[in-house]
Amino acid sequence: MKTQNNRAWFLVLPVLLLVAFNALIPMMTVVNYSVQETFGDNLFFWEGLGWFEQLLRSDRFHAALGRQFMFTGIILAIEVPLGIAIALSMPRKGFWVPVCLVTMALPMLIPWNVVGAMWNIFTLPDIGLLGYFMNHTLGIDYDMTQNPFAAWVTIIVMDVWHWTSLVVLLSYAGLMSIPDAYYQAAKIDGASPWSVFRFIQLPKLKTVLTIAILLRFMDSFNIYTEPFVLTGGGPGNSTTLLSIDLVKIALGQFDLGPAAAMSLIYFAITLLVSWLFYTLMTKDDAK
Amino acid sequence: MAKITLSNLRHSYMPNPAGAEDYALKQIDLDWDDGGAYALLGPSGCGKSTLLNIISGLLVPSEGRILFDDRDVTDLPPDQRNIAQVFQFPVIYDTMTVYDNLAFPLRNRGVAADKIEARVSEIAEMLEVTGMLQTRASGLSPDNKQKISMGRGLVRDDVNVVMFDEPLTVIDPHLKWKLRSKLKELHQRVRATMIYVTHDQTEALTFADQVVVMQDGEIVQIGTPVELFERPAHTFVGHFIGSPGMNVLPCEVRDGGAYFNGTHIALEGAIGQGATGKTEIGIRPEYVSLSDAGLPATVRKVSDIGRHNIVEAMVADRKIAAIVEGDAPQAGAEVHLQFQPDQTRLYNNDWLASERQGIAS
Repeated sequence: MKTQNNRAWFLVLPVLLLVAFNALIPMMTVVNYSVQETFGDNLFFWEGLGWFEQLLRSDRFHAALGRQFMFTGIILAIEVPLGIAIALSMPRKGFWVPVCLVTMALPMLIPWNVVGAMWNIFTLPDIGLLGYFMNHTLGIDYDMTQNPFAAWVTIIVMDVWHWTSLVVLLSYAGLMSIPDAYYQAAKIDGASPWSVFRFIQLPKLKTVLTIAILLRFMDSFNIYTEPFVLTGGGPGNSTTLLSIDLVKIALGQFDLGPAAAMSLIYFAITLLVSWLFYTLMTKDDAK
Repeated sequence: MAKITLSNLRHSYMPNPAGAEDYALKQIDLDWDDGGAYALLGPSGCGKSTLLNIISGLLVPSEGRILFDDRDVTDLPPDQRNIAQVFQFPVIYDTMTVYDNLAFPLRNRGVAADKIEARVSEIAEMLEVTGMLQTRASGLSPDNKQKISMGRGLVRDDVNVVMFDEPLTVIDPHLKWKLRSKLKELHQRVRATMIYVTHDQTEALTFADQVVVMQDGEIVQIGTPVELFERPAHTFVGHFIGSPGMNVLPCEVRDGGAYFNGTHIALEGAIGQGATGKTEIGIRPEYVSLSDAGLPATVRKVSDIGRHNIVEAMVADRKIAAIVEGDAPQAGAEVHLQFQPDQTRLYNNDWLASERQGIAS
C-alpha cells in the first residue's frame, strides 16, 4: 500500500522561507511604506495612492526617468554593436585567444565603486591623466565636474569600458559554437562577408545576444555606484539617474512614502521592459 | 559538369612535413569521369575528408594539381570552382525560408529572378519539398534539412561536381535508405559528377558505380562494388568490405604452392614473381564451406543472422569464418573446411599476389 499524505509539501518550505525573507517581506515593507506617510516616531498616516499620483505628475521624476532611459539607450547602442565587432575580430585559435579573453575579462573584475573612483581621478581636469592631457596638452575644455556634456560623456565611456566585455565574451562564445561547415557552405554558395554575418553569425548569436542585452539593460537601468562615485549626480542634476534620485529622496530627504512609491514604479518599469523584450525576442522560437 | 583529375596530390597539415607519416594524403593520382557516381570509402582519419576539401577548394594541397576538364583550379577559391558540397550535419540558413535557402547560391551569383524561380521549383519538385517552400527552414526535420542542403548544391545547373561528406550521419535509420535511393535517383536525373564520402560500406556500395577505398592517406583500390568484393587488391579492402570481412590466414609458400598450417591450399592461379616477406591467404567467408574432407577445424561459435549462419571455426589458434546456408553444426563440433579455389587469393605484404587463371597480369 502506498502512503498517501501531503508531507512532501514540507520539502518546499526552505525555498518558501528563502523567497519570503529575500524578496516577499522586503517588497511588502516597501508596499506598506508606499501607501503611508510618516514623520518618524513610528507614527504612520494612511495616504492611499497619493504618493503614486504625485510621483507620476512630478517633473523631477520625469526628468530622472528620461535621463535613465537616455543613459541605458546610449550605452546599449554602443556596447552591443561594439561588443559584436570586437568578438568578430578576436582570433579563433592560437596563443592570442587566452590573452584576449583575460584582457577582456579584467574590467569586469573591478568593484563598481573602484571603477567610479578610478575614472574620477583619471578625468579630474587638474590632476587626472586624461583630464590634464585634454585640457593642458590638447587644449580641449573638458571638465566633467562643471560641464554636463563632459559629465555624460564620462559616465558613458566609463560604462562602455566596464561592461562591453560582457557582450564580447557572450558573443565570442556564441561565435565559437558555430560549426566550420557553415562557413564552408557559405564559401561554396558564394556568400559575401556581409551575408555570412547576416545569415549565419547573427542568427546563431540571437540567443546569447538576447541574454547580453537583457543583462546590460537591467544592470544599466539600475546603475548607482559608478555614476554616484564619479559625478554624484552632478553637475547640478544633469547625471542624476533614477537610482541616485531615489536614494536622495529616501535617505537625503527621508521621504519614505514617496521613495517607496518610486521604488515600486522603478521596479515595475524594469520588469515590464525586460519581459517585453524577452517575449518579443523569443516569440519566433515557440512557433 | 566536368572530368576531375588529381595529379601527384600530397597534403600535410604540418608546415614542414618530414617523413611520409606527416602527410594526411600521401600520393593521390586519380581521374573522376564526367557524370560518374563515385564513393570514397575508408575508416575515420584515412584522409577522405581532406581529399574532399581539396577538391572543393576549402584546403589548398601541399603539393600537386587539381584539374577540372584539364583546367587547373588548384589555386581557385571554392566559389569559383562551381562545386557543391553537402556536409555531415545539415547546413541551412535558419532565418530564411526553404525557398530562399535554395535560391541563395543563385542570388549570390546574380542570376535573374525568373531563372531562379524556375530552377528552385524544378529542384524542389525533384526533392519533393515543394509543399514546404514558404516555411522557415529552421523548423524542418534533419532529413528535410539535409535535402535542402543537397538542393542548394543541385540548384546551379552548371555545377562541376557535387560532393557528399557522410551526409546520412544524423539521419534516422528508417529514413536513411529513402534518402539514399533519392540520391541515386537524383544522380540519374541530373547526371552531375558526384563524390560520396563515407565509412559505411553499404552506403558506398549502393550509391557508387566506382568505389575508391582509402587507408592511411593512400588509395588502396579503385573498382566497382563487385570487383572490391570479389578480388580485393589489398588485405585491408578484404577486411573492410564484407560482413564478416575476408579471412586472412598466414601461410608458407614453397615450391610454388601455399601451405596453411601444413596443409596445401589450392589458389586461383599461379603465384606472382618475388613473393617474399609476409604471405597470407585470403578467402571470403562466402566461399568457405563445410564438408567431409579438407582442413580440419573446431567450431567455436555459430551466429544465426537470418538468411544464413556464420560459423566461426578454429584451426590451431586461427579463426576462420564461414557462411553456411541451412543447418549449421553445434559449437564444439569437429568439421572440415573447403576453400573454393577460384576465390582463394594469395597476398604478399598485404598486396594481391596470385594471378587469376587465364589472365596474365
